[in-house]
Amino acid sequence: MAELTPLLKTEHLTMRFGGVVANDDICFTLQEMELRCLIGPNGAGKSTFFKSLTGQQTPTSGTIAFRGQPITGKLPHEIARMGIGIKTQVPNVFNGLSVRENIWLAARRKATPNGLPKLVASVLDLIRLTPESERIVATLSHGQRQWVEIGMVLAAEPDLILLDEPAAGMTDEETLRTADIIRDINQSRAIVVVEHDMAFIRLIAKTVTVFHQGRVLIEDTVDTVLADQRVRDVYLGKKVAA
Amino acid sequence: MTHRLSLIAQALAVAIAAIGIALAPGYLEIFTLMQVTLFAAMAVLSLSLAFIWGYGGILSFGQTAFFGLGGYTYAIAAINFQDSTQGILLAVFIPGVFAAILGYFVFYGRISDVYLGVITLTVTLILFNVINSTSGDEYHIGTAMLGGFNGIPAVPTFNMPFDPESPLSPEASWWATGSILLIVYLGLRLLLASPFGRVVVAVRENETRASLLGYDPRMIRLISFIIGGAVAGLAGALYVNWGAFVGPTIFSLSLSAEIIIWITIGGLGTLLGPVLGCFLIQYIVASIGSQQTFNSNLVLGAVLIVFVLLLPKGLVPTIRDLILRLMAKKPQAGSGVTAGLTAAPGNLHPAGASSHG
Repeated sequence: MAELTPLLKTEHLTMRFGGVVANDDICFTLQEMELRCLIGPNGAGKSTFFKSLTGQQTPTSGTIAFRGQPITGKLPHEIARMGIGIKTQVPNVFNGLSVRENIWLAARRKATPNGLPKLVASVLDLIRLTPESERIVATLSHGQRQWVEIGMVLAAEPDLILLDEPAAGMTDEETLRTADIIRDINQSRAIVVVEHDMAFIRLIAKTVTVFHQGRVLIEDTVDTVLADQRVRDVYLGKKVAA
Repeated sequence: MTHRLSLIAQALAVAIAAIGIALAPGYLEIFTLMQVTLFAAMAVLSLSLAFIWGYGGILSFGQTAFFGLGGYTYAIAAINFQDSTQGILLAVFIPGVFAAILGYFVFYGRISDVYLGVITLTVTLILFNVINSTSGDEYHIGTAMLGGFNGIPAVPTFNMPFDPESPLSPEASWWATGSILLIVYLGLRLLLASPFGRVVVAVRENETRASLLGYDPRMIRLISFIIGGAVAGLAGALYVNWGAFVGPTIFSLSLSAEIIIWITIGGLGTLLGPVLGCFLIQYIVASIGSQQTFNSNLVLGAVLIVFVLLLPKGLVPTIRDLILRLMAKKPQAGSGVTAGLTAAPGNLHPAGASSHG
């Protein structure tokens, strides 16, 4: 196993904003087809980590490799074309366009002209927005906009999917559905999920990585992590010797 | 079904416009026809900004830089070649290249929107000052004297393509200008309906999301900017053909501001609106100019204030929303896809208007 090139590997990734160290020396490895959950309190550096992975910011130091290819310092569109898709924390959608156009724009980069309409239709079906497909996205509810963005990420068919709080603003029923979809797409792709909802984490997670103050606190199976005293302390705001 | 209906309606509208252009000389006095020719030339300029601002989200305060460059390019080429054919082609090409160079530094240098406005404004002023100070015999390109603040008089007007011996009559000149306006309008409509056009709108809507999907926003913006520059250059050639004269005031800031007013009144995020706004405002200004009772700038300002307060979306989107709302009450409603394509930033359709389609 050690000989295999991991899908994603960061080495000593550090991101500083002035005096604030948002990510500190993060060494993170993700194998093909893996499903990983990232947890940690607010400000732990999870979203910053995602931003470095997708090229929305250039890390202060350290390297990121995607299938052995260095992607550190590449631009977002270049990284996206290599096969990394992200649902950002705050929904990033094309508000003035229809649901269908949103999905279509994501799908057409990779899909063949013949497969495109079918792919768009199947994604619309999956996110259950087929009846709303001609509506302008800005007129949808927050939860529906989340679905539109998840749909866009899926339609682009990336090899690595990053989901930053996919269940935020969703009903319990929708959260369950999100978990189902995540498990489903994990059959063919690797996924990293950032979430706060522990029930949700339990539904999907195999391995969990805990971020705390910009560092990796612990990385283990979901049961071990959630039973760990340090993790409990971190979430309760106690001081921890990491 | 409704999509097909709207396509038929649009094709009909284009046919009516074409017939109108063809028949206008039979109904209009020669003076009026000349005026309408000028309006049509300016409407092409209006379309150039309507495209890059309304759909590309790029607010250029210096669209007259490309307009003036196109005008001067046409004049210089027409004098040198004694044939307008190359002049028209160069008037599209040179401003396009200029837009490519300027746009490269602006978009790839990640200069923010506000500075884009400042830079385009400044470039216009620089061009004005450069051309303004070219009086004297030493300033000439080929046989064309640049003439400094006096401009270049007696520029050869359009002739039949590659046939300098047959210059166009005022009627033929109108046909040429009117058809070019129609062709540019249709060309931009088709471009916006194409995959590239949708990506242009997507970048305007959300640059971050577009780049996270693998689209390069800098490249998309640059290409839109070049198209806008080339179209403005073409408008410059049409303008010079109309007056047979070009002077440095073509780079004026007041014209740059006026284009923005045309688009605001006609409707940002549409192509038809800016054309109508251009005709309307120019007609008002021209009528006032001949009566001398009011200052035209005062009236222009008042009209702008009225529109911003009462019809902030502009004429065409307001009328379109009204029609959509009326149609939504009937069983069949307007197509959401076309509505989405023409929607301006912040110009959102009420949920009820587009959801019953």
